[in-house]
Amino acid sequence: MRRISFTVNGAAREVDVEPRELLVYVLRERLGLTGTNVGCDTSSCGSCTVLVSGESVKSCTMLGVQADGLDVTTIEGLATGGALHPVQQAFHEHHGLQCGFCTPGMVLASVSLLAETPSPSEAEIREALEGNLCRCTGYHNIVRAVQAAASA
Amino acid sequence: MAATEQRSYVGAPVPRKEDARLLTGQGTFVDNLSRPGMLHAVIVRSPHAHARIVGIDTSRAAAAEGVVAVYTGEDLKSEWQAGLPCFWPVSEDIVMPTHWPLALDKARYAGDGVAVVVAETRALAKDAAELVDVSYEVLPAVVDIEEALADGAPLVHDEAAGNRCYTWSLAAGEVEKEFADAAVTVSERYRQQRLIPAAMEPRALLVDVMPATGDVTVYSSTQIPHIMRTAFTLVLGIPEAKVRVVAPDVGGGFGSKVEVYAEDMIVVPIARRLGRPVKWVEERSEACLATIHGRDVVQHIELAATAEGKIRAVRVRLKAAMGSYLQAVTPGVPLLGAWLYGGCYDLAAYDFLCTGVFTTTTPTDAYRGAGRPEATYAIERAIDALARKVGKDPVEIRRLNFIEEFPFTLASGLEVDAGDFHAALDRALEILDYDTVRKEQAERRASGATRQLGVGFSTYIEMCGLAPSRILGALNYGGGGWESMSIRCLPTGTVQIVSGTTPHGQGHATTFAQIVADKLGVDFDDVEFLFGDTAVSPTGFDTYGSRSLPVGGVALWHASEKVVAKAKAIAAHTLEAAEDDLEYAGGRFAVRGTDRGMTVKECAFAAWHAHNLPDGMEPGLEAQHVYDPPNFSWPSGCHIALVEVDTQTGAVFLDRYVAVDDVGRVVNPLVVDGQVHGGIAQGVAQALWEEAVYDSDGNLATGSLLSYLVPSAAELPSYETDRTETPSPTNPLGVKGVGETGAIASTPAVINAVIDALAPYGITDMDMPASPERVWRALQEVAK
Ligand code: FES
Ligand code: FES
Repeated sequence: MRRISFTVNGAAREVDVEPRELLVYVLRERLGLTGTNVGCDTSSCGSCTVLVSGESVKSCTMLGVQADGLDVTTIEGLATGGALHPVQQAFHEHHGLQCGFCTPGMVLASVSLLAETPSPSEAEIREALEGNLCRCTGYHNIVRAVQAAASA
Repeated sequence: MAATEQRSYVGAPVPRKEDARLLTGQGTFVDNLSRPGMLHAVIVRSPHAHARIVGIDTSRAAAAEGVVAVYTGEDLKSEWQAGLPCFWPVSEDIVMPTHWPLALDKARYAGDGVAVVVAETRALAKDAAELVDVSYEVLPAVVDIEEALADGAPLVHDEAAGNRCYTWSLAAGEVEKEFADAAVTVSERYRQQRLIPAAMEPRALLVDVMPATGDVTVYSSTQIPHIMRTAFTLVLGIPEAKVRVVAPDVGGGFGSKVEVYAEDMIVVPIARRLGRPVKWVEERSEACLATIHGRDVVQHIELAATAEGKIRAVRVRLKAAMGSYLQAVTPGVPLLGAWLYGGCYDLAAYDFLCTGVFTTTTPTDAYRGAGRPEATYAIERAIDALARKVGKDPVEIRRLNFIEEFPFTLASGLEVDAGDFHAALDRALEILDYDTVRKEQAERRASGATRQLGVGFSTYIEMCGLAPSRILGALNYGGGGWESMSIRCLPTGTVQIVSGTTPHGQGHATTFAQIVADKLGVDFDDVEFLFGDTAVSPTGFDTYGSRSLPVGGVALWHASEKVVAKAKAIAAHTLEAAEDDLEYAGGRFAVRGTDRGMTVKECAFAAWHAHNLPDGMEPGLEAQHVYDPPNFSWPSGCHIALVEVDTQTGAVFLDRYVAVDDVGRVVNPLVVDGQVHGGIAQGVAQALWEEAVYDSDGNLATGSLLSYLVPSAAELPSYETDRTETPSPTNPLGVKGVGETGAIASTPAVINAVIDALAPYGITDMDMPASPERVWRALQEVAK
């Protein structure tokens, strides 16, 4: 076990982790932040996407110990003051989610995209979300939601 | 009593009630749940497709850190009163081998479970699973349908001679004569490749037990909590009243969770033996092996037509892979398409025969569309082949053959209640701007452009809304097709819907609340949706086959009629008026010609108070309705794909996709569009990217999301959708199903487009997926 200290959704956390433990399991099982989902074992699906220092990262591609000292935002930390983040709101209004399993990752990947590219083209949105799979929506409304959030 | 309805919610694009929790990480997916003292199970799976189990040594695993127990099939055998259920013995001749949850004698596919390890953590259980030492005598595998039928093929089950599971046929009219008399015939052979459903949430189970009473609670990522509850009684002998199945948030299903799986019947007995909660969560690469696959059918379709291209008869021969065992409805999947190989065309005669075949592969079962995408693919490709033969445009040949009068009895025997196939085609052509597209295509052809254009059509019809129980009975299906819905008006005016169908992304909570809010004149936000827990919603037939709205929604409509009728009696009594003098609108009963009235909410309060009810009336305001549909639901429409094919690399680009669907009356256009979009993506994926590939030893070569190509946003375009509307006369809401339309319609549209692009090169056939390699090879072949 190794102790790591990091910021999660704005709060300082200290937690003992196994050296082999992936960040996603640290979040889900040690911190109870189950909003971050696990959809694969090959780093292919993006369901586990979180923000690390503002950038989207698949939390199954990172060890918990690598998060030591960093700032992590999960889906639970995105809405502030009782209001949905504009990207969450746009997903709601444009029906960008069905079963909702890919959604936390999809929303955070979109937040990260818009932080880097505030007015992306449709092609840029599609490219940027390439690492996030959704089996329900066919992506159409996800793209619409990101476009709407960009112009919000 | 026909209530006057205020249609303020029905028809409106109301954003979903479901979203708030799912957008904020508060989803209740099974792996998010835990219980004190919970153990973790990991299944040890056969690496071989076909192997005799010679011995299993569990001693090292049992001694490993954190391990609580290790069981083999022999250890758990006494728990199983029967094998896993298959609910659909389709024919007299069907062979239904017993399917033990853990293999006892032989493993019959790569991934077949042979042992289970239970430990304090998932990681420790996984580590220990590596230490289970299984000795196998490897037997020859057989993965290809036609090889399995060949003389001398290895037998998957000794009792299934020639690996034949069943034959099933359906015939009507003078087929032989029509073929003998036909001026033109078409004979085509198509291959429906095997697909992996790949719902984004892998399966998961959490079993909680109450040793003192024998109560069992199963949290499962399932589409069918009610059917599962029954299955626990059938397989484990637990009294049904002692079993509670909860399907909380479920991360997609597409048919793959309409199952009673081996793990269900492994984890429950283990939890009972150990007296502790046990969780099992599937890993993705495990899901590729152990969750059902879809399709895997060889199709032979023949058309008999007149010289001008009017189809007279269709003859179909299918060989359908069951895989290694029969899951919930495996043998019935081809039957779900059996009536549809004539498509939306007017025929005189019809002949369908299907042979079910065992192979040493993951069992197949219903995957989005189940039987109907296969049928639609075959007829929509075959009609294009006919068009080429008689020199007609694909639009013209379809118009010549469309069914035009409704209700219409198909040559295959069922009655289509409503439709307008020309209208959908007209609208789709208009959106596409067909003439312009054909002009550009001609220009590119003339100039020999590297990127050639292709336009592909799919004018589809499907039967869904499963299903009239008496028809299911006639087909020897082991369940009913009704649905149960209840409405409970609580004393202070809020309303609960108790649903027998269990959503996993389809937006039931929203759609159903819209219906009830309108009927009862209450606020949308005052309607709550209870589902997916057999303790809360004790009866239902669950979610599959695009049935939730055309069966469940209609049950709900009837239940609200009952609530309104009772409320009316209360209002009349309270207002001292005759019921006939009451007018109902917007949730209020008004005494005609006065300003006196009473709302449904006020009636609810009076009903629960029960101080002043009509003589003999039961207190309370709630109603249940169980609705058995008199017919299937018949959505239809026209989908058009526009592709570019790079004739140098073989790459196919889907440039545009137009979908015009007739799903009857629409309750929530936002939700309906979403269902169509998702279905299109899955169907396009079958056409262009996805294929579960086995090597000749029966190893799954596409066993992860790295090798099984589920498309991302980058591969797909935006879809251009619209609707035509012929309300279903079969139900009072006028609705039809929508969940499978996209997946049914889109695959042939895309392949027809690819062939349209390549036909000038002499290419008139293309297996799926139309990968760059396959297209490139076809071009090389014709260039020789
Ligand atoms: S779980 Fe991390 S990418 Fe799939
Ligand atoms: S909403 Fe179900 S996987 Fe994206």
